[in-house]
Amino acid sequence: MFGPLMINTWIAATAVAVIAGVTGFFAVLRGATFAAHAIPNGAFAGAAGASLLGLNPFAGLAVFSLAGALGIAGLSRRARSDVATALTFVLMLGVGALFVSWSSGYAQEAYSLLFGEVFGVSADQVLPILILGAVCVAAIIVMFRPLMFSSALPEVAEARGVRARRMELAFLLVMALATSMTVPVVGALLMFSLMIGPAAAARSLTARPALAMALSVAIALVTVWAGIAISYQSDWPLGFFVGVIGAAFFLAGRAIAAISRSIRS
Amino acid sequence: MNIVSFLRYIVEPGFFGSGPVHIALAVGTAVAVTSAVTGVFTVTRGQSFAGHSLADIATTGGSGAFLAGLNQFWGYLAFGAGAAAFMEMIGIQRRRGRDVATGVVLGAALGLAALFLYLGTQYSTTTGASFTILFGSIFVITPSTVPALIVSALLALATVIALARVLLLSSLSPDLAAARGVPVRAVGAAFLMALAVSVALSAMVIGAVLSTALLIGPAATALRVTKGPVRAAAVAAGIGVAATWLGILLAYDSYYWPPAGRGWPVSFFVVTLIVGGYLITYLRRPVTPAEPAPDAEHACSAL
Repeated sequence: MFGPLMINTWIAATAVAVIAGVTGFFAVLRGATFAAHAIPNGAFAGAAGASLLGLNPFAGLAVFSLAGALGIAGLSRRARSDVATALTFVLMLGVGALFVSWSSGYAQEAYSLLFGEVFGVSADQVLPILILGAVCVAAIIVMFRPLMFSSALPEVAEARGVRARRMELAFLLVMALATSMTVPVVGALLMFSLMIGPAAAARSLTARPALAMALSVAIALVTVWAGIAISYQSDWPLGFFVGVIGAAFFLAGRAIAAISRSIRS
Repeated sequence: MNIVSFLRYIVEPGFFGSGPVHIALAVGTAVAVTSAVTGVFTVTRGQSFAGHSLADIATTGGSGAFLAGLNQFWGYLAFGAGAAAFMEMIGIQRRRGRDVATGVVLGAALGLAALFLYLGTQYSTTTGASFTILFGSIFVITPSTVPALIVSALLALATVIALARVLLLSSLSPDLAAARGVPVRAVGAAFLMALAVSVALSAMVIGAVLSTALLIGPAATALRVTKGPVRAAAVAAGIGVAATWLGILLAYDSYYWPPAGRGWPVSFFVVTLIVGGYLITYLRRPVTPAEPAPDAEHACSAL
């Protein structure tokens, strides 16, 4: 399990968990869970298009996830953000369905993009993930205060000169960046569960932002490591274990919060 | 060019004589109407994410049923309804908290979907199956499931219409509704159930992932161009049916189109038409406020 073939998997999964823990914290805080679902999943259409044109799937993923972020932010200007997200997402998937129908024998590849191939990470995939992960985490840390401000107290932030729309766009772009590199490794579905479950659990345990973010990263790491270990032993897909462990952490977090509330009162 | 040959140019010969097309049109209409009416309330209540998630979760049921060798229809329905109940159970009343609860349920269900599809491909090497479950195809509905499809569509539609008044009041002003003795929580749960059924249906028709288009698109467009829930529901139903029919027609026509010569997917046409329609209204009406704050009493008196 810790042999030379698996070393890339462990490194990549650790980087992905850190990215997911950090971006997921803000996704949960801002109520942007739908966007966290839509951007990774919709981006898969880009990979389908890239493979049709014979390009690197990363290029397609990057283009589509950035287009998705811009589409959501753009449509949200004059519509409810959940409607904007839904329509952008659906359009991306519709185009994806078209691309897939044009290329023959793509079904298997589509499956791996949705569910990931974490046990097949190659050495040359690790470095881009690490670099991009560092960029995403750095961007979130730089934006931490204004992002926190505009997420928790949007009106006050606006009054103090923090542009809510600009923050929204910046955050969605970071999410798109995080997505384009992580999707080929862990899959779109897993990236989503890893962003939401741990962050939601952390939020229910503490209200202090920095602590909640650190906790969110820690829970994401535990989830992914445990998932890889069990998945390696059982041969069942990693996505299943990450989804279930993430949900279990959330329920446990809610239960602990409820118990401590009843003890205090 | 006379009219007959022009029509023949648009409508490929054999369109109205084809059995799969008849089924597709009948089921598509039922689903489009149900989705559109349910969608008006989904959009008003800000539950688009729940609507989409229920479709994805129904997918899981579909793949589970596929694995067990059962008809996918019942798998869709069972998982959709179960997830709706679960979401309502752990859901918090605040909108943000509700989206997080939805996300957690969705994440767990998608994990289960990964497992089902994995086990499915272990036992039979039909890689196309996972794709069909996700994107669906309106042309491969088994004729024997059509009555069940249409009956459940009508049931969901009847539930939403019966609930319409209290639903609207409790969506627009929960406090006012509670003060008037409306069981806000129970109404929300009943609506989520109807939503689950309606979404499971459209998941079978244009695929689990893309059923969101029929649910949100027509309703969002209608709410931009009309006032009042009844008119919005009627306009949404019209848009949904028109997009579905036109999508089926174009998909049928596209059979000989380049590049593959296999036909373009129905879902692509339906989605493009729906989003295109929305964008037209979006660009034409620049003065609508971002978060409409409708007057609860007025909206209800319009019913």
